[in-house]
Amino acid sequence: MEDRKKILQVKEDWLSTDYAKFVAKVPERKHPFMLDSGIEINPLYTPADLDEDWSYLERLGFPGRYPFTRGVYPTMYRGRFWTMRQYAGFGTAEESNQRFKYLLEQGQTGLSVAFDLPTQLGYDSDHDLAVGEVGKVGVAIDSVEDMHVLFDGIPLDKVSTSMTINAPAAILLAMYIVVAEEKGIDRKVLRGTIQNDILKEYVARGTYIFPPRPSMRLIADTIMFCAEEVPKWNPISISGYHIRESGSTAVQEIAFTLGDAIEYVKTVIEKGMDVDKFAARLSFFFASHNNFFEEIAKFRAARRVWAKIMKEKFGAQNPKSMMLRFHTQTAGSTLTAQQPLNNIVRVAIQALAAVIGGTQSLHTNSYDEALSLPTEESVTVALRTQQIIAYESGVADVIDGIGGSYYVEKLTDEIEKKVWEYLDKIEKMGGMVPAIEEGYIQQEITDAAYQYYKAVADGEKVVVGVNKFVDPNEDLTKFHLHRADPTVREKQVKKLKELREKRDNQKVRKLLDDLRKAAEDENTNLMPYIIEAVRARATLGEITDVLREVFGEYRPPVIF
Amino acid sequence: MADRVVRVLVGKPGLDGHDRAAKVMARALRDAGFEVIYTGIRQTPAQVAQTAVQEDVDVVVLNNLTGAHLEVFPLVVEELKKRGRDDIYVLATGVIPFEDVELLKEKGIDEVFGPGTGPIHIINWIKEHVLGEKQGE
Repeated sequence: MEDRKKILQVKEDWLSTDYAKFVAKVPERKHPFMLDSGIEINPLYTPADLDEDWSYLERLGFPGRYPFTRGVYPTMYRGRFWTMRQYAGFGTAEESNQRFKYLLEQGQTGLSVAFDLPTQLGYDSDHDLAVGEVGKVGVAIDSVEDMHVLFDGIPLDKVSTSMTINAPAAILLAMYIVVAEEKGIDRKVLRGTIQNDILKEYVARGTYIFPPRPSMRLIADTIMFCAEEVPKWNPISISGYHIRESGSTAVQEIAFTLGDAIEYVKTVIEKGMDVDKFAARLSFFFASHNNFFEEIAKFRAARRVWAKIMKEKFGAQNPKSMMLRFHTQTAGSTLTAQQPLNNIVRVAIQALAAVIGGTQSLHTNSYDEALSLPTEESVTVALRTQQIIAYESGVADVIDGIGGSYYVEKLTDEIEKKVWEYLDKIEKMGGMVPAIEEGYIQQEITDAAYQYYKAVADGEKVVVGVNKFVDPNEDLTKFHLHRADPTVREKQVKKLKELREKRDNQKVRKLLDDLRKAAEDENTNLMPYIIEAVRARATLGEITDVLREVFGEYRPPVIF
Repeated sequence: MADRVVRVLVGKPGLDGHDRAAKVMARALRDAGFEVIYTGIRQTPAQVAQTAVQEDVDVVVLNNLTGAHLEVFPLVVEELKKRGRDDIYVLATGVIPFEDVELLKEKGIDEVFGPGTGPIHIINWIKEHVLGEKQGE
């Protein structure tokens, strides 16, 4: 390579002559140019802008090898594209099952289940607090019977299924296992993911039930159970997506997510399981936001930091334990109600960043999501966007095609540095649990969200169609809306009533009692007890209630 | 009237845990000079009304992104009525389809701020209706 000093010299010269003269004539649009992460963007990057000790082999290496900066697999998308996985679910299990089949027919390659809020919070549809919420933001699941309907006609031994479920994740996983087994499918072949990431619920997403300590135990139980019993299942998807959507910066998204991940790993190791026995099955979930290069650098930095954490902090030996495999969703909060078709373009750019960033699976948002549930038409456009990137753009034909970009490499390094700063700070606070209990993480995210809002409100940050290029004649009321079936709750209540009449109630009571006793002993793995209760047709609400009694409920600090 | 401080409760009734908008709104309203209380997420309509009465607010701003607004928001209005405080303004915000606006108003919601609106619209509405300040033009 050319002499670093020489490049710096010429760059200085260029900045003080050609560049300076030009700026004097035509001032730059902004001063300074900044990323939301607080990193200043220089006008130009050269090899000499990388750190003096920058080493290709140390910082990038090769795909499928430590530190995995360039990707987790040796061939990346030259072998197989990422999994195209659209998050879907609404109304009854019957309706959602139809949407799943439609998506699979359109060429989608994995399923992703959205549950309604009563399900996510462990309430049966007939609970008082479920009023108005049954079937709204996802499908209503009360018992394994609903789960059978949801996956009717779908080959669970062939498809991989991701379930966005956290506080009651163990129960929904149990239902999935029981459905498979009742169809004659061995749990050992099941592939999929439960989100099961409670820490980000406390700071960003809100569907917590129990306090942190028993919640961490439930998560450890599922991770350890899956390592033995459901070896192809990802028992957790440690999620930055919701942290980002709550308003965090890209750096905070990675730092807080990896901070959460460290807690989970510590918890399982403390329970006595060797790190290499479970770490390969930890999976991650990030957002892909608007800033194209920042997002790509973010994904690359995340892989490198995680690899170092696993190797250096936890002493992992198996390279698979060091691989950060992740799902990506384009950032819902960037979608606008105004001029909704513009969202197709936003999604395409964000999806491209995710693919260049090396994602393992991807959800592309539908253009009408700022207004309502997506229609079949809009979700098809979203899926087609992924297919166009995969089959037409050519970006998938080479591994890490952007690697070596002076800017992206520098940005990857700077994001990594800032992530470590946060991680060190969190460690000094005693880890993520105390940092969350003290409200530190929530305050950091809320501050960033408010800054973002103000930048848009002041016009400093342009949102096309919202604060610039506004269409004064736009009539948003004409937009076609898709609504969930308003009678879902009645239907679910009726099903619940029938279920409780039909099943062996004595057996259910006994199994729930066994579960209670098991819950009282911190060292008993709860999964087998939950599976037996589910098999006997205990409902989600009944099982959660038992755990509520033993574990108590979490009450958060209010921060804004 | 000029020195009167408007008190606002930002409330999240229902099971919705997405509170970025509620928090940003709470802070924007505070920066606009109002006294703001935020209920936190997952409140029952009765809890929201109770807090509103206890804190003696002028305005309750409800937020929901799950589509439960038609069922849940009117319950807050009812709970306020039960407590003899139907003088408190109730505003609805969130992902509210346009065809629901009239339905909500019929059930006692004073104004609806759906997709495409922001805190500035709410601030202006409060200034106009609570403080009697004419906005805009």
